[in-house]
Amino acid sequence: MTIRDMQKLLDAKFLYGEELADLDVQFVFSADMMSDVLAYCGQCSVLITGLCNPQVVRTAEMLDICCIIFVRGKMPDDNMLALARGKSIAVLATEHYMFTTCGILYENGLRGGA
Amino acid sequence: MSDELIFTYQIDGDDFTRAGEASSSVKNKLKMLGVGSDAIRKVAIAMYEGEINMVIHANGGTITVSVSDTDITMVLADQGPGIPDIDKAMEEGYSTARDEVRSLGFGAGMGLPNMKRFTDEMKIDTVIGQGTTITMKVNL
Repeated sequence: MTIRDMQKLLDAKFLYGEELADLDVQFVFSADMMSDVLAYCGQCSVLITGLCNPQVVRTAEMLDICCIIFVRGKMPDDNMLALARGKSIAVLATEHYMFTTCGILYENGLRGGA
Repeated sequence: MSDELIFTYQIDGDDFTRAGEASSSVKNKLKMLGVGSDAIRKVAIAMYEGEINMVIHANGGTITVSVSDTDITMVLADQGPGIPDIDKAMEEGYSTARDEVRSLGFGAGMGLPNMKRFTDEMKIDTVIGQGTTITMKVNL
């Protein structure tokens, strides 16, 4: 599945990284605690979270995650988007809740990593 | 890499939004040096957790990273309050972080355990009221 596919399935907005839309993704991790992400994310390339601060982007950077999906309508600010741009991390925002977001992606073939 | 390379960073204790800049810089430098991706990942995760800890608990400090042919060593030194019970601090889920820190996605009691999990060696020297020095090594 590509980042574009996820964006369509989740009815999400591209906040940054349309040029990364064709990147292929396989494994996903979802959490609001960044320490959990750091501990258990494994080789995931997508992070789904309801937390919205610069450390989300930093955490993604440390783990070579290529796409962050913010749920529940959370909107990162310009500083966070600038950080994501600097690291080439695509950023999507969806109105769906975390559970629904994960469910839609799972139903369509994505799996959890680690 | 025949000579040891050393990078030093001053960590600002006041600004949580900037925490992680040093770890990001080290990750990029290691990539440019051609260090393997597994080792880079371990260093990035362990150092980032340590950097966050310094900001949360110790009002910043100094991080020195040495890269040799055989390993990458990170020394994180702060002048914070010290760790009263290291065994307790190493337990997953034990945390003394403020609620404010938890709302930022950290302070779940995973910092030190994660640092140990992702490094080959870790040593904690702490003196109450004077500070803590954590030395971590990732073998290459």
